[in-house]
Amino acid sequence: MTDDKYKIQKIDDYRWRIPREGKMHVEGIVYADEHMLKEIQKDESLQQVINVACLPGIIRHSLAMPDIHWGYGFPIGGVAAFDVDEGVVSPGGVGYDINCGVRLLRTGLHRIEIINKLESLVNTLFANIPSGVGSHRRDLKLSQQEEKNVLRDGARWAVSQGYGTKEDLEYIEEKGCIRGADPELVSDRALERGRTQLGTLGSGNHFVEVGYVSEIYDEEIARVLGLERDGITIVVHTGSRGLGYQVCDDFLKVMINASRKYNIELSDRQLCCAPVNSQEGKEYLAAMACAANYAFANRQVITHWVRESFGGALHISPKESQISLVYDVGHNIAKFEEHIVGGEKRRLCVHRKGATRAFPPHHPNIPDVYKSVGQPVLIPGDMGRCSYVLVGTEKAYTDTFGSTCHGAGRVMSRGQATRSTKGRNIAEELKAKGILVRADSRATLVEEVSEAYKDVTEVVGVVEHAGISKKIVQLKPMCVIKG
Amino acid sequence: MNKYILIDHTADIGIDVFGASLQELFVNAAFALFDIITDLSKTEDKIAYKISVSGIDREQLLVSWLSELLYLHDVKNLLFKDFCIEGITDNQLNATVWGEAFREDKHVIKTEIKAVTYHCLSIIQEDHHWKARVIFDI
Repeated sequence: MTDDKYKIQKIDDYRWRIPREGKMHVEGIVYADEHMLKEIQKDESLQQVINVACLPGIIRHSLAMPDIHWGYGFPIGGVAAFDVDEGVVSPGGVGYDINCGVRLLRTGLHRIEIINKLESLVNTLFANIPSGVGSHRRDLKLSQQEEKNVLRDGARWAVSQGYGTKEDLEYIEEKGCIRGADPELVSDRALERGRTQLGTLGSGNHFVEVGYVSEIYDEEIARVLGLERDGITIVVHTGSRGLGYQVCDDFLKVMINASRKYNIELSDRQLCCAPVNSQEGKEYLAAMACAANYAFANRQVITHWVRESFGGALHISPKESQISLVYDVGHNIAKFEEHIVGGEKRRLCVHRKGATRAFPPHHPNIPDVYKSVGQPVLIPGDMGRCSYVLVGTEKAYTDTFGSTCHGAGRVMSRGQATRSTKGRNIAEELKAKGILVRADSRATLVEEVSEAYKDVTEVVGVVEHAGISKKIVQLKPMCVIKG
Repeated sequence: MNKYILIDHTADIGIDVFGASLQELFVNAAFALFDIITDLSKTEDKIAYKISVSGIDREQLLVSWLSELLYLHDVKNLLFKDFCIEGITDNQLNATVWGEAFREDKHVIKTEIKAVTYHCLSIIQEDHHWKARVIFDI
């Protein structure tokens, strides 16, 4: 059906090219195997890759990761880098949930130490970490001034308030605080939405998952990452909550006007944008940095409650649980980064919407202990299967602006998932597989059912075969809390 | 005729909304938003809010209107059920809306909607048939 709309050429088993045509400034490159490509072509996501290729100042390629699916404006799973002088920045290239991301924690615990205490653990986590409408912890209240400190300082603010340790900050992208955040550019509405939502999970695909290392593919790198077979891990997936959605919303309005002002032709309003160096562009980036910092602080506060929950449910001290960060990285963000283009080092504004930064070994922006192995990347799967820990590679740096996939990617709409699971008790099915789930809403469980997602193993297989990430370990879930 | 139908969108959720006038179209779009969020049969009209929004054209006005309701829902935990549009042009809308505050023991949240997007946004008029398409980010 889509074949007549655009051409697609095979580069190799894992890469496909959409040649430059019409208004495209660059070609599109899609990372997928043949079977996946057929699935991808069922919706409009490749047209969205083309739309992004038409934006001014885009450099080299409009990229799609194998977990690509139909988004709004930019596809989800899209990566696009723009020249800082001639290019644009677009809130739609980041998404509403600014700096939605994943944090991976390791522990000193072994699977057999918690297997009989999962019920208590999942209930404690569910009680301690708010999810669902209007729920928040009474012991975390922000004044407007304090909230602005969160926006300016990110995870550093959380640590200064006793949520976690200084050491945690070393293992967060940008050490948990993106520079250039200006809280005065965040609207009162966004501040109002954010005030009571710090330290809350939100709903949909956000979760906290306790699991264990089920497979190791590279012993040496796993050791550097502090991951051992059967060792307990925790994954926190959430973002900037209502504050981020409102910042995006506010700036979409600004950018719709800006696109007219700067004569930028749009095939979809959601692609609205402004030159990176324009007043509108700079203000969006400064407000986006605030929302990104809020998300880092959110994951930091939740981490603190994860630590407390382990202590409370398992009756062990922090010394015994030894919960520490492997890494925390966002997958909805625009950032200034240096990349080599045509043999020259250039500063670019890289948009990743549903794509993860995956910097190679020896990159200056990764923690010293990981210098020899590359930046850790966590790719969560659906709640019934598994997740993977990867590291970034040199090839990712040269080919995809240091980016890789971010998850499994949906194959079914939420409506399809609900219809196809009618009459089934998803929580019971998962329990039979040894996975305990607590969710604020029953709807979430059916919408997030395993088969609504691509198999993350296949997605990870593509990025590994294409050489833009290296698979290190597999994690399997034991208990999950969802919004 | 249906007030709206759901359209499947892989990651998000969309609606095609219908109305015999621009006013009715906007009312039905607001109804659809809260019909997706909650079970409206359990919601009563206890609180009224006056709403005034603007936009550069009808389409943006529709996004502004729905975003305003979503903002009130998010910040004040309100669920809205009835909508009366007192005045509407292509750029400006004044309305009174009724609903009540979310209570865990009374209401359910079926779907959390993050935002109202501009993606595939359209409003079409054919005689007395108005149709709009809106995609929500969830």
